[in-house]
Amino acid sequence: MQFTVLMGFVLAALAPMLHRRFAGRTSLVLALFPALIAAWLFSQAPMVIDNGPVLLEWQWVPSLGISLTFLLDGLSLLFGLLITVIGTCVLVYAGGYLKDHHDIGRFYMALMAFMASMLGLVMADGLVTLFIFWELTSITSYLLIGFNHADLQARKSARQGLFVTFAGGLALMAGLVMLGVASDAWSLADIRAMETDLREHALYTPMLVCLLLGAFTKSAQFPFHFWLPNAMAAPTPVSAYLHSATMVKAGIYLLARLQPELGGTPLWIGVLSVVGATTLLIGAFLAIHHTNVKKLLAYSTIMALGTLTMLLGIGTEYAMTAFVTFLLAHSMYKGALFMVAGNLDHETGTKDVTAMGGLRPLMPVTAMIALAAALSLAGVPPLFGFIGKELKFEAALGAADYRSLLVIFAFLGAVMTIAVAAIIALRPFYGTRHQTPKAPHEAPLSMLIGPALLSLGSIAFGIAPGVLGVNALLTSAAGAVSGEPMEITLSLWYGVNLALIMSVASLALGFLLFKYWDDARARLSLLAPVMRRGPEAGYEGLLNGIVAFSEWQTRILQNGYMRNYILIMLVVLIALIGNSILLRHSPLLAFDLDVRFHEVIVVGTMTMSALFATLTRSRLGAVVSVGIMGFSIALVFVLFSAPDLGITQLLVETLTVILLVLVLFRLPRFSHLSTSLERIRDGSVAAMMGILIFLLIMTAWSIDQFESISTYMVENSAPLAYGRNIVNVILVDYRALDTLGEMFVLALAAIGVIAMLKLRHATESPKTAEGSKSDTQEPYDG
Amino acid sequence: MVKSGTIILNTAARFLMPLQLMFSVFLLLRGHDEPGGGFIAGLVAAGGFTLYLLAFGVRATKQVLRMVDPRDLIGVGLLLGMVSVVPAWFMDQPFLTAQWWTIPVIDFKASTPLIFDIGVYLAVLGSVIGMVMALMEVDKDEP
Repeated sequence: MQFTVLMGFVLAALAPMLHRRFAGRTSLVLALFPALIAAWLFSQAPMVIDNGPVLLEWQWVPSLGISLTFLLDGLSLLFGLLITVIGTCVLVYAGGYLKDHHDIGRFYMALMAFMASMLGLVMADGLVTLFIFWELTSITSYLLIGFNHADLQARKSARQGLFVTFAGGLALMAGLVMLGVASDAWSLADIRAMETDLREHALYTPMLVCLLLGAFTKSAQFPFHFWLPNAMAAPTPVSAYLHSATMVKAGIYLLARLQPELGGTPLWIGVLSVVGATTLLIGAFLAIHHTNVKKLLAYSTIMALGTLTMLLGIGTEYAMTAFVTFLLAHSMYKGALFMVAGNLDHETGTKDVTAMGGLRPLMPVTAMIALAAALSLAGVPPLFGFIGKELKFEAALGAADYRSLLVIFAFLGAVMTIAVAAIIALRPFYGTRHQTPKAPHEAPLSMLIGPALLSLGSIAFGIAPGVLGVNALLTSAAGAVSGEPMEITLSLWYGVNLALIMSVASLALGFLLFKYWDDARARLSLLAPVMRRGPEAGYEGLLNGIVAFSEWQTRILQNGYMRNYILIMLVVLIALIGNSILLRHSPLLAFDLDVRFHEVIVVGTMTMSALFATLTRSRLGAVVSVGIMGFSIALVFVLFSAPDLGITQLLVETLTVILLVLVLFRLPRFSHLSTSLERIRDGSVAAMMGILIFLLIMTAWSIDQFESISTYMVENSAPLAYGRNIVNVILVDYRALDTLGEMFVLALAAIGVIAMLKLRHATESPKTAEGSKSDTQEPYDG
Repeated sequence: MVKSGTIILNTAARFLMPLQLMFSVFLLLRGHDEPGGGFIAGLVAAGGFTLYLLAFGVRATKQVLRMVDPRDLIGVGLLLGMVSVVPAWFMDQPFLTAQWWTIPVIDFKASTPLIFDIGVYLAVLGSVIGMVMALMEVDKDEP
C-alpha cells in the first residue's frame, strides 16, 4: 500500500508526459489510480470492520525508529474512500473543465501529488510521517490555489493559504513532538495501546494547544477561516476536492484521531465545542453575504467544518455517530455542489448567482444534480444530509456542557444553510432568464458523471442507509473516533422528537430567508465596515509587521560589511559559549604540561605569523603569514599522528593561498578606516574569542562525561566497515549522512560563489568580451 | 594581474597535472585503508587543475576539460552521493547501510562507500575549479 501511495508521486511527476501521450484522455488514465486504490480499500473494508485495525509495516530508518507504517482502521478507511472516490470523480470532471487550458499537465501533476499526500496523511501511523504528509498537502494546495499564476489575486490567495496552514503546521510539529515525548511512542498504534493516561501528563495543555492550532488553521476554524474563501481562486475541481471534501478535513481528521487519547477533558470540550459552534455560525452568516456561487459554498464549507469540530467537542456517543455521518454526507453533497458551480461558471461565464436565472431548460441535468445535492445540504428527507442534520441536532441537544449555546448556534446555522442551499438550487435555474457573458448549454458528459454519482450517493444512502455497507463502515469509523466499539443503525425516521421539530422549523425559516435574501443582503451591507476589521485584517497587519521587522533587522545585522558580520558572529559566540562554560560549568584547567621542544617551535611559528598578519602593512605579507600559520597547523596534525587531517590542511591551505592571490590584486590598498576606539573594541573581541577557545579546549580536554565513541569506531572499522583508515570510514560509512549534507553545503557554496562572480562580471562589463561568455547559461546572464 | 606563461611554470604544469590527477585517483582508491579518500583526492586533483589554470589560463583549461563544466561535476558528484545510499533498500536493510561486492577477476572490492567517495571527489573537484575559474574569468576581463 505504501508503495502504491508513493507511486502516486511518481505518477504525478509523469503526468505532463502522459498528457502529451494521451491528450484529452489523460484525466481518465490518471483516474485509474484513485479508482484502483478505492477498489482495494473496498476489498479491505470487511476485514477491517470485522477484525479491527490493520497495520502495514515498512521500516524506513529503524535506528531512529522511523517507519513508513500505515494504519488502516475505520476512520482511515472512511477518509481513504472519500479521497479516492471523490478523487476519481474530480479527475474525470477536471478533464472536461480544464480541457482547453494550455497548462493542464502541471495541473494534473499537482493534483496527483496532492492525492498521494492526502492518502498518506490519513493512513500514516508514525507521527513523523503524518507530519510530512500534512505539510505536503499544504504545499500541493498552495500550488493548486496559485495555479493561474498570472493572476495577482490567485498568487496572493495561495500565499495566504500557505502561510496560515504552515504557521499551524509549525504548531502541529511542536504538538506532535510533545505528544511523542509524553507518550514515548512515535506511532498512533503504540499511543493507542498505551496504559498511561495522556490527559494526566504535565505536557497535556501545551500539547493540546499546539495540536489544536495546527488542526484549526488547516480546517479553517474561526479565527483562521479567512484563507478558505480566498482559496476559491483555484480552478473549481480543486475547490471541490481540496477545499471542501478532503484537505480542509485534515485538521478534523487529526482531532478525530486523537479524540480517544486526548479528548473528554474540560479544555478539549470547551475549546472544541465553542470554537466549532462559533465557526459554524460565522460561516453560515458570512455565506449569505455573498452572491458569488463559489464563495457561498466556501462559507458553507466553513460552517460544516465548524459543525464537525463542535461534534468532536461534544464527544458523546451520539456526537460520534453524527460526526461520521455528517462527514460523509457533507463530502458528497459539497463535492457535487462545487462541480455544479463549476458547470455554471463554465457554461455561463459568470460566478454571480444573481446574474443567472432560468437555466433549467438549457441545463436540465445540472439542475437535477444541483437540486439533489442542495436538498441534501438543506437536510430534507429522504436525503442522506437529513440523517446527518438530524443527528447533529440530537448531539447538540445531548451535549453535557454549553448545551443551550450549541443548540442555538446549530439551529441558526441550519436556517442560513438552508437559505444557501435554496439559493444555489433555485436561483440560477428558475425565474427569468438573464443575459450571461456566454450562451449557456448543457455541460459535457465528463462534467456530469462526477457530480451525478455523488448526488446519487446522497439519495441512495438516505433512502437505504445500509447499502454498500455504509452503516458498517460508519460504525467502524465512529468506533475508531470514540476509542471503543459502537453500534450504529442509521435511519430516516427516529420518531417525532425535538430534533425533528427543529429540522422542520429551520426548513421553514430558511426558506423565508431565501425569499427575502435580496433585502437581507442590502441590510447586511451596512455591516461592511465591521467586516473589514475581521481576522483577515489582522493577518495583513501581521504580515506587514513581519516585513517591516525583517527590513529593519537586515539593515542592522546584514548591512553588507564583512567586518560587521564577523563582529556580530563572534560576539554571539562569546556570549553563548561563554555563558555555558563560565556560568554553567566551571572551566577546568587541571592539565599536565608536557611540552617537547619541537612543539614549542611549531606553536611559536604559528603565533608569530598570526601577529605579523595583523600588524603588517603589506597585503602580500599578510597572505603569506596566514599561509605560514595554516602550514604550521598542518604540522601540528602530523606531529599528533593524524595524517589525513594534515594532508587535508595542507591542500586546503595551498588552495586558499592561491585563491587569495587571485583576489589580492583587486583589493584596495590598506587604509585606516576605523577610529582607535573601534580598534580597541575589535581587539578586545578578538582577545576574548581567543581566551574563550582556549578555555573551551582545556575544558573539553579535562572533562570526561561520556565514554569516548572512538573506541567503538577503532574496534569496528576493520571488521564491520572493511577499512583500516578510520577517518575515511567515519566520513563515508559511519557518518555518511553528515558527509552527504556537507557535500550539499559545499555545492551550494560553490554555486553561490560562481553565481555571484558571474553576475558581477555580467553587470560590470556590458561589452561582451570575446569568448568569455561562452559557457554562461544562467538566466541572469542572458 | 596574474600573468600566465613563464617557461618553467608552463613546462612543469604540463607534466605535473597528469601526475597529480593520477595521484589523486590513487589517493581516492586507497583511501579506505590508508591516508587519503575522496575529499583529499578531490583537493589534489583541483590543485592540479589550478596549476594548469595559472600556467595556461581559463580557455586552455576548458579545452583540457573538453565539454565538462565544473558545475556539472558538482551535480554528478551529488548524484553519486545520493545514489550510493539507495542499494541498501533493495537488500532490505536500512537506508545508507554500506553494501560490499567483490569483483571476481581483478579481486577488487567495490562498495557503496567507494561510490560515495567518488561522489565526494567529484563534488570537491567541481566546486574548487569552478570557483577558481570564475575568479580568473573576472580577472581576465579587467582593463
